[in-house]
Amino acid sequence: MAEDLKKLIIDYVKKEYLDEDSDQEITENTPLISSGIVDSFSMVSLKTFLEKKFNIKIPDEKATTEAFDTVNNIIKLLGEFVKIDDK
Amino acid sequence: MSNIGSYEERYKNFDWKLSEQELEYGKYGMYNIGYYCSDRICELGLGNKLGLVWQGFSGEVRHFTYDDIRINSNKFAHFLTTLGIKKGERVCIFMDRIPELYISFIGILKAGFIVQPLFSAFGEEALFTRLDDAKTTAILTTRKHLSKVRKIKSQLPELKYIIVLQNEGKPLEEREIEFNMDDYQRIDKFDIHPADREYPSVLHYTSGTTGKPKGALHVHSSIIAQYITAKWVLDLQSDDIYWCTADPGWVTGTSYGIIGPWSNGVTQVVYDIGFNTEKWYAFIEKHKVTVWYTAPTAIRLLMKEGEEIVKKYNLKSLRHLISVGEPLNAEAVIWSEKVFGLPFHDSYWQTETGAIVISNYPGMKIKPGSMGKAFPGIVATVVDPRKYEPINAPGSIGLIALKPGWPSMMRAYWNNKETYDKKFNNGWYICGDRAYLDNEGYFWFVGRDDDVINTAGHLVGPFEIESALLEHPAVAESAAVGKPDPVNMEVVKAFVALKPGYKPSNELELDIMNFIRKKLSPLAMPQEIEFVESLPKTRSGKIMRRLLRAREWGEEIGDTSTLEND
Repeated sequence: MAEDLKKLIIDYVKKEYLDEDSDQEITENTPLISSGIVDSFSMVSLKTFLEKKFNIKIPDEKATTEAFDTVNNIIKLLGEFVKIDDK
Repeated sequence: MSNIGSYEERYKNFDWKLSEQELEYGKYGMYNIGYYCSDRICELGLGNKLGLVWQGFSGEVRHFTYDDIRINSNKFAHFLTTLGIKKGERVCIFMDRIPELYISFIGILKAGFIVQPLFSAFGEEALFTRLDDAKTTAILTTRKHLSKVRKIKSQLPELKYIIVLQNEGKPLEEREIEFNMDDYQRIDKFDIHPADREYPSVLHYTSGTTGKPKGALHVHSSIIAQYITAKWVLDLQSDDIYWCTADPGWVTGTSYGIIGPWSNGVTQVVYDIGFNTEKWYAFIEKHKVTVWYTAPTAIRLLMKEGEEIVKKYNLKSLRHLISVGEPLNAEAVIWSEKVFGLPFHDSYWQTETGAIVISNYPGMKIKPGSMGKAFPGIVATVVDPRKYEPINAPGSIGLIALKPGWPSMMRAYWNNKETYDKKFNNGWYICGDRAYLDNEGYFWFVGRDDDVINTAGHLVGPFEIESALLEHPAVAESAAVGKPDPVNMEVVKAFVALKPGYKPSNELELDIMNFIRKKLSPLAMPQEIEFVESLPKTRSGKIMRRLLRAREWGEEIGDTSTLEND
């Protein structure tokens, strides 16, 4: 599931936050917030996407710019709310 | 010792001529801001001093001395002039916080063009509205943001030149020209347009309750106020390392991210990064930042991350902290005093005022949560909202009003005289914010007097959001209001009535959010959407936005007799 999740988030970031003709690579370790790909306001739409996808509520105190800065950080955060199989 | 010394003495004896004398403003018939921020500093013997230390998000650092700024701004001025752009035409800068943004700003001014900075996160519609209104002749952008310009350029016949930086030889279309500052021929001397006091300089767009965003037009003599406020409020001194976190797409980023520090010959550092607590603290430590000008939203985000993280870094270089953009809550002032050993000083001003007009000053008693007192040379008060007469009773709420005539006051809203004239009543410039004065003359912010949403220190116009919402295929009618937010003060909430055939769903909510974010900007994106059957309206059919806002803030709704439905 972790791999599926990684792909789901990367695909969403590419679709929603990068220009159509952007050739920027996004990996699980690419800084998203600190690089400006996703700004702190747009982070809300990413958070909303995840909440709706997994039917969870991420509390504001957990939704820090650090927790959303990479796909790996996001997966770690999601792990607190949904069961993620590492295989 | 602070630059301002005794606030009371300064206020009593102030004359703007003091600033002019220090700047030697008008010497040799020269009034151009670009000269005072680069060539003049070199003439003072500071050509080898660092003017800009820039750090990218991945850690790379670039250094620019004042002589580098002078020569590189000459390159932009020369290049743009050779294109055939005429004096007074608008040249937009639309890029992230790279060194070329700061330097081209000076170059555009030197050439005698009006510089129009726009926030690089604007979507194509927000960009189009502002370029179309200003009938902009040229835009400087980077390859990263070029696609947004391409989507709208066919509708902008006046936009003759699209200058692309960081293009790296990629194919370009008609009207597009590649430019590389580093590779361009060295221009040691450029014939700077001398301008005059009232010659237009900067066009910054800001939002109102109704209609399109308004272009607040400033003139070159605004530097008289920007120089002295940077010196006295920010307390910039010759050996300071100054960090302004604002983006030059907004007025703080130009008045105090370019003109203020550079006219004072100070070294400023720029970090092209989004918010990140650890990286921000590490940046202060690395560059030994002494003066830090930031926003309450950022301070509240830092507070959210706690005190322990602060202890990991050596932040002892900091000596003066100032805040701007929205009211600074008392808790933030108390917190900063506790963790940094220094209080944040709140400062108040607007796009239209061009420079700080009310502030807390070094050495003056800070009342946490207060905006402070009027800057010397500024006559400020609160006035009655009906007759626009000063309210003398302490504690009585009125509108913040300023006596017109300070040097950095906007001179016009671009092509919008009617709206400009409405800003003045009974001999006062009306700021549009509500406040009261206490018995010691301190101003205390109460709220906006209109429906404009202040989110993270940026004003967002509800009309622009509502218009964009109506372009979504599912939306029949809409209203946008500010709702309270612990970090950003307000965030956008939209009320949406759907067209027949559409049903509220999580997917639709997310789709509408992203639709607005891409069209306008992340700031304008509703952070919450409430689907409703219909919106409350007056008998004349106008949406009762204020009613919806009052509900969000838990305020008294007041007289609802004019409502058509409820």
